[in-house]
Amino acid sequence: MLEGFSFPVLSAIIFVPIIAGVVLLFVDGKQRDLVRGIAITAAVTVLALSALVFFVYNAQVAELMSHQDTALLTGGESVGTKMFVDGLAFVEQITWLQSLGISYHLGVDGLNAPMVLLTGMVTVAGVLISWRIQDRIREFMAFFMLLVAGVYGVFLSIDMFLLFFFYELAIFPMYLLIAGWGWIKLREYAAMKLTIYILVGSVVAMIGIIAMVFVANDYYQNDGAEVFQSAIDNDILAQGTPTFNFNMISLTLAGENGAFDVPGYAGFDMLTFAKLWFPFIFLGFGILAGLFPFHNWSPDGHVAAPTAVSMIHAGVLMKLGAFAALRAGVQLMPEGAQTHLPWIVLLTLINVVYGAFIAFRQRDFKYVIGFSSVSHMGLVSMGFATMNVVGMTGAGLQMFSHGAMTALFFGCVGMVYERAHTRDIPSLGGMIKQMPWVGFAFIIGGLTSMGMPGFSGFVAEYPIFMGLFNATGVTLTIGTWQLSNYYPIIAVFSALGIVITAAYVLRVTGQVFFGDFDAKKYPEVHDITVTDRMILLLLGIPLVVIGLNPAVIAPMVEAGVRPVVALLGGSF
Amino acid sequence: MPALDVFGINPLTVLIFAPALGGLLVLGLPNSKVLARWVSLIIAIGVGLLAAAVFFNYDRTVAGFQFTTNEPWFPPIKAFWTLGIDGISAAMVLLTGILVPIAVLISWEVEDRYRAHLALILFFEMGLMGVFVAQDMMIFFLFYELSLVPIYFLIKEWGGKNRQYASTKFFIYSVGGTLGMLLATQLIGLTAGAAGLEQAFNIEALTQFWPNFSPEGGLFLGTSIETVKTLAFVGFFVAFCIKVPVWPFHTWLPDAHSEAPTAGSMLLAGVMLKLGAYGFIRLVIPLFPDIWVSEVSFFGAFSVDWATIFAVLAVMGVVLGAFAAFGQNDIKRLVAYSSVNHMGFVALGIAVYASIYGKMVVSGDGDPASMQNAILAGNGAVMQMFNHGLSSAGMFLLAGAIYHKTHTRDLREYGGLWVKAPVYGAVFIFTSMASLGLPGLNGFVSEFMVVRGSWPVYTVLTAISMIGLLFTGSYILKGIRAVLQGPFNLRWRDYHLEIEPRELVAMAPLMVLMLVTGILPNWILPVINDSITRILSGLS
Amino acid sequence: MIDLTNINILPWLVPVGPLLAFAIIILITNRSKMVPATDKHEYGGHHPDYDGMTVPVVTPLSRVLSITVGLSGIIASLAIAWTIAGAATNFNGVFGQEVFAHSVEWLATGTTALRMGVMIDPLNTLMLIMVPLAVLCIFIYSIGYMAHDPRQSRFFSLISLFASAMLTLVVADNLLLMFVGWEIMGLCSYMLIGFWFEKDSAYKAAVKAFTTTRVADVIMFLGIVYLYSLTGTLNFRDILYNPEVLEKLGSTPALLFTGMTASSLIGVFLIIGTVGKSAQFPLHVWLPDAMEGPTPVSAMIHAAAMVSAGVYAVIRMYPLFEVGAHPHEGLMNTPLMVLTIIGGFTALFAATIAVAQNDVKKVLAYSTISQLGFMIAALGVGAYVAAAFHLITHAFFKALLFMASGSVIHAMEHGEHHVHDHGHDDDDEDEDHAHGAIAHAIEAHSHDSHAHDAHDSHGHDAHGAHVDHGHEDAHTGHKFDPQDMMNMGGLSKRIPVTFITFVIGGLSLAGFPLITAGFWSKDEILAEAWTGAAKGFGPHAFVFFMLAAAAFLTAFYTARQLCLTFLGEARTEEAKHAGLGGPSNVISITMQLPLIILAFFAVVAGFVGVPSDFPVLGGIFSPSHPWFSHFVENALVEPGPHPVFNWIPLLTSFAVAGGGLFLGWWMYGRKPLKAGEPDPLVNILGPMHNVLKNKYYFDELYAIIFIKPAQAISKATGDFIDKGIIDGILHAIATAFRFTGDLIKTFNLWLIDGFGDSIGQGIGWVGSRLRFVQTGRVQNYLLMVVFFALVLGLIFIASAGTAAN
Repeated sequence: MLEGFSFPVLSAIIFVPIIAGVVLLFVDGKQRDLVRGIAITAAVTVLALSALVFFVYNAQVAELMSHQDTALLTGGESVGTKMFVDGLAFVEQITWLQSLGISYHLGVDGLNAPMVLLTGMVTVAGVLISWRIQDRIREFMAFFMLLVAGVYGVFLSIDMFLLFFFYELAIFPMYLLIAGWGWIKLREYAAMKLTIYILVGSVVAMIGIIAMVFVANDYYQNDGAEVFQSAIDNDILAQGTPTFNFNMISLTLAGENGAFDVPGYAGFDMLTFAKLWFPFIFLGFGILAGLFPFHNWSPDGHVAAPTAVSMIHAGVLMKLGAFAALRAGVQLMPEGAQTHLPWIVLLTLINVVYGAFIAFRQRDFKYVIGFSSVSHMGLVSMGFATMNVVGMTGAGLQMFSHGAMTALFFGCVGMVYERAHTRDIPSLGGMIKQMPWVGFAFIIGGLTSMGMPGFSGFVAEYPIFMGLFNATGVTLTIGTWQLSNYYPIIAVFSALGIVITAAYVLRVTGQVFFGDFDAKKYPEVHDITVTDRMILLLLGIPLVVIGLNPAVIAPMVEAGVRPVVALLGGSF
Repeated sequence: MPALDVFGINPLTVLIFAPALGGLLVLGLPNSKVLARWVSLIIAIGVGLLAAAVFFNYDRTVAGFQFTTNEPWFPPIKAFWTLGIDGISAAMVLLTGILVPIAVLISWEVEDRYRAHLALILFFEMGLMGVFVAQDMMIFFLFYELSLVPIYFLIKEWGGKNRQYASTKFFIYSVGGTLGMLLATQLIGLTAGAAGLEQAFNIEALTQFWPNFSPEGGLFLGTSIETVKTLAFVGFFVAFCIKVPVWPFHTWLPDAHSEAPTAGSMLLAGVMLKLGAYGFIRLVIPLFPDIWVSEVSFFGAFSVDWATIFAVLAVMGVVLGAFAAFGQNDIKRLVAYSSVNHMGFVALGIAVYASIYGKMVVSGDGDPASMQNAILAGNGAVMQMFNHGLSSAGMFLLAGAIYHKTHTRDLREYGGLWVKAPVYGAVFIFTSMASLGLPGLNGFVSEFMVVRGSWPVYTVLTAISMIGLLFTGSYILKGIRAVLQGPFNLRWRDYHLEIEPRELVAMAPLMVLMLVTGILPNWILPVINDSITRILSGLS
Repeated sequence: MIDLTNINILPWLVPVGPLLAFAIIILITNRSKMVPATDKHEYGGHHPDYDGMTVPVVTPLSRVLSITVGLSGIIASLAIAWTIAGAATNFNGVFGQEVFAHSVEWLATGTTALRMGVMIDPLNTLMLIMVPLAVLCIFIYSIGYMAHDPRQSRFFSLISLFASAMLTLVVADNLLLMFVGWEIMGLCSYMLIGFWFEKDSAYKAAVKAFTTTRVADVIMFLGIVYLYSLTGTLNFRDILYNPEVLEKLGSTPALLFTGMTASSLIGVFLIIGTVGKSAQFPLHVWLPDAMEGPTPVSAMIHAAAMVSAGVYAVIRMYPLFEVGAHPHEGLMNTPLMVLTIIGGFTALFAATIAVAQNDVKKVLAYSTISQLGFMIAALGVGAYVAAAFHLITHAFFKALLFMASGSVIHAMEHGEHHVHDHGHDDDDEDEDHAHGAIAHAIEAHSHDSHAHDAHDSHGHDAHGAHVDHGHEDAHTGHKFDPQDMMNMGGLSKRIPVTFITFVIGGLSLAGFPLITAGFWSKDEILAEAWTGAAKGFGPHAFVFFMLAAAAFLTAFYTARQLCLTFLGEARTEEAKHAGLGGPSNVISITMQLPLIILAFFAVVAGFVGVPSDFPVLGGIFSPSHPWFSHFVENALVEPGPHPVFNWIPLLTSFAVAGGGLFLGWWMYGRKPLKAGEPDPLVNILGPMHNVLKNKYYFDELYAIIFIKPAQAISKATGDFIDKGIIDGILHAIATAFRFTGDLIKTFNLWLIDGFGDSIGQGIGWVGSRLRFVQTGRVQNYLLMVVFFALVLGLIFIASAGTAAN
């Protein structure tokens, strides 16, 4: 394990917003400045802590990689689990409900460290962009803080139960925020739709996880007894961990040792637990990642949500789904992944092209961004589906890149909408003359989203495509019918998405920000405030920095995905 | 070779980022035209001087790349920040360094959002320089794509009436065209990395690795390695064909060039087209020597190798480009088509170079005669790139100058202007003649070398290309005649049409270079020649 | 630094003088001041409509300086050239086996390099003697001729460049440098023919000249390239004086047109270059139109430089063409046959056209084409020396004739001015005009009141005079043509010097026996042709008869021109008042001096080539051997045999020259034409006359089969292929994408959304729950949140306890 601090920084990251939220509920809603003050303080604190975690972890990545290499070389049983455990830092583990095997267990690895930083950035941006909310700002901020806490919780949990706890904790305020502060025309429908989709998905996944816990327990009691013992001896599992537990580490261990790959599950020979449950868990979480055909909640949700919520929603929440799908699906059930990702990748392909095409033909500014998110999240899942280091690294980078980028987009949209009161693309125009900062930021975001080299989008997409070329081993088997070497073709088709993206980005940029500005039509459109500029800088700079020097983040992500790939037995 | 490091930073890295930082600086300047203009000019000149220093300190007698730097850039995929120049890059770097200050000086005439305009030109220079000095395929690709952005906005925002169409067409076409190349680079880099190359995208290393790469059983990604290589080749081929542009991928060019603002057209024609040709020489030929000479069958009817196909397209470009130029009545479109015509000769030279390069690689040895052809064709192609850079930039400058004063680009509305603009007339004729390939001026030297190189290899095609050369004369004379000669069009009676001192200052270096290169081509040629000779003699 | 005492380096400096002059004039001394345009400004006797706009007019100072610079440039060249020539003629040892040469590396080509250099051998020694002299005369002549031109400085810079290019071509030691000079001359002729660029006819002629010659040049370019790719060098000595190389070229099969040898194909390519430059059939069309340029330019193009360059190139490369052939044994090869046929045909073809021309310069233009045909044909049958000889003599007398005709035109224009400015009755007009001319020459175009009342005055009284011979004045479009011989007549009294010199030139052109240079050179060609013909060689016979016929016509139209121009009575007012403005003034001096110089050479230049075995004269002029052929033939490795003297060709040239001249005199001189009287030829030739007058309609033909189609194709490529087909495809793709987008969008709306919403209804209870919550008021949310917070806290505390144990 890497060394963390004596100070429980992760808990701090989670509880600061919670406390802030609770406190906010008890202050006087009339005192807007106080409310804002509390919110921004909390947000900045969280961001600072997140940055701290990120950079401290980043500083140790080189060393970690050498660990992992040695682990690989020594190989043997449970190398993947070992690598995963090695990768965890800032671990906090408190046994919670011994009897239920639930523990309050947090940790950071290469996968969630960037997400933590991203969440911090988006949080600050979200608070700043909601600065001028008039209606019930106190509640808004409170719920926003709870939402943030939930998001952090999901990213940091090493305990599956905890993960779910925070997952639901995140969805609930999300619902309230959209329903209460969203775009009046759509908010009830959208909030409804969103909540139903995600709840359904998570419930399905939850059932799967619980079933998995039982299977794992069963395994440890019988065949896997000594595996369990040795894990405890090697400090892979903490002392006194019950065999019945929600601990991700032990579940990973079980999965790696084939606990879920026993044929004859549920009476069908050939069928194993993993084969049966993987789709439910992966797709269950995948819904939140906007996986086709369960993506439709997201554009509506984005459009309906108030700007800050759209930002955190597209920027972070969708990553939540992907992240959970990776953790709970791929990491815990490698065999299931190898069986099912070969066809799920086709869904992701549809995501990429389909989303791009629809975005290409939207009139509503915000819908364009919404569908572009669908398209780009497709790339994340596609990266997972490559099941090799390059591709998954790309996916990890894409999660960060897309998060910052889409948050920036929604920020820009919000700023334009706030002043022009319309999102109808053709009727806008010449905004850059009035709001050069917004225009410039939007262009940067646009270039990122079209995968223009020199911006983080390229750095993320490039390895994903390489991963597709690298996935030579992957074979899709349906009954006796087999298909192999089709990943390169997927790469070719999804490359189409890039052109279409370029097309709609140019279109939107051209029609909204360039052309002639109609001062009579948009009297309120003027340049943005300092707080808004800070948002744009906060979210825009990382895109360029990563684009020009990927070395600042790529190695960390690689270190994060290596254990997963090791579990999959994939190629490096 | 002295180290030219600037504050301890590699000079090539500086060449790339100095313009960009300069651009940011210009963007941030206070609202003063004079200040912005001078600052951007000084920055551009500074970069130009550094480029010249790099060129003149490049030691042509030493093999291998020079002024190299090599830092990890994208560890997970083994991409490195690898820069370096050989004779070919050196010439192109010099060209860029010369043209950008001139472009900046010319865009002093821009009044609308002048800071953004100047900054974009400097950003553009970053992209161009980056491509020419990159020795890592990923860095190459990075700047190759990045260079599209500034010029896109230059056309889109400061262009002529039809600018929206032109800029979008240009951008989408270019981006779409590079998709195949994008995938190909990924495939190649990945394979190299998997094969254990420490620097999976290093062009030099790939030149060794990729042509010789053949997996056991010859199967790769489920198909034969030849197919994969051919597909990858096509990816590169199309991308660079669009950029050069080779007929029939050229139709973005007349629109983009004629709609772009003067400075934009100058750099577009002067430097950006060279990215494509340079890409062929730097990447496509070394990476796919065997594909160039592999036969492509057309429905079994007949089969030719890729080099020949390329040569045919090149000649089509030469001939049809000249015809099309002759048919234009818009001065900027005429000049734009002249680029298609002239770059056709570049392409022809490259085709010859490629075919002989390929044969030498495949057979393992080449007879001195054909190697001589390849050397001359290669020299000619690179020289033509340089020369066309000078003359096309000059032509666009002059076309822009007259457009700026008359606000029309229609040749039929000029007429007899020489009497009102004697100096302009002289400069215009001089530049036109350089572009026409008048012996004694730069264009002739390179055309002579290309034709000399290609005649023994593609005799008939070369003979056909002479039609193009003939019509080059025709459209150049058409341009001169329409602008300068004939009865004076009294519509311009009270206009000031004479060339401005600023424009003259901008033209002067170009004209001097055209003349010097025409009379003593050896001031630059040996640098190119030695690299190409070294490359070819390295094969047998 | 260059060692000027080294005779090998010296040739480098020959072209430098005019080149510097060009640069200096363009960059420094060409200065104009803007003055309001008036019809006093002569643009070749043509007044463009500038609506009184200010136009640049060279300042008097600029005139003087530019002329000085130009003259000093060419004089420097002359001095250097003649120094070299002197050294060459007094060379101890066989000059030709050894030469003056020097070269430098020019183009890096792999491990080797292409060298550029200069070389002097007997052949270009002759050119070095002739060219600078002729050019100098032209320069001097231009001082006067262009004295009224508002752009005289530019003119001098351009002819300086022209001269420098020609001299470069002459001293070049390799084909490439020669081609450089060749093409730059092309540019200069383009610029000079179109010098009066306001004139439609002028710039059209310029474009025509450049384009037509370029057709030939690109093919010649291929020839050069081909030669270079086979030999690896372009140096004349290395190729032409090196039997192995020639052998190799003669034995390699050609890349194109298999069946020919490489040398033949290269030869044909190079010859086509000459066909263009020397205006041989079928590329002759540009040359007559080139008359649109100022007359000195015509002299430059037709005598000293351009067209001679074409023939010079063939003579220079002759050994290459001769590979595998022995014209003297009647063994021909493709290049020689091409030369023979084109040359022989053109000689006669052009002569026939010349017969029917009325433009004093056009006649000369066609005679040039015809005379060049003589040379080309001569080369075809191996008369190397004779061709070179005729090239030199022709240069002299043709330069003379052009400048003489130029001063005729000038005199006519002068007359025209006179008629416009004053009626036609004052006696001191010469003085007056001398003064006026000087005024023009010195402080040009400060148009004084004098000009104004001139306008008013000519309105009434001068007009009557004009209408008689149907022409109005400048302002009503249709202009008086000072070049039309039908408007002349009786000029011998007005411009005697011109008359005499013109006659000398004319006789030389006609080949007037024994005393003119033209006779000797032409006779030698016929003699050589006859020697072959006598042996029964077809080509030689063809050449002999074609040239004999051509020579006859030449003599005829020369006589016609002389008579129409100078004899009889003036046929117009202008002719009556024609003149150079008195003997004393700048113009007449500068315009007559060159005529006299050239007239001298037009006579004596012939005597250097009198065959030794010629009765009487042979003994006088060349006792041992004719100097010319003896000197020149060393330029070849093995010179051909000298023709033995034979009466038949001699009598033939006597007959054709004498006969032609007599017939011409008999038709036009015996009783000169009166005003308005038609040309007797019209009746004699009938419809044929029209055909000839219209040059066999070649311009019209070319317009139909080349120019129109080319323009059509050009339009099509731009509009149909590019905009239509290629862009069409691109746009189609774009549309397809847009359509797909809409399709998917709709699909998404109906199917996927529909599906999603149905789930919504499906899971009603969740919905109802949430609805209840969301329909409540803010308090509900608060309660919820507080509740969640409490639960969380409680669980946490509880768990902390369990964690302990």
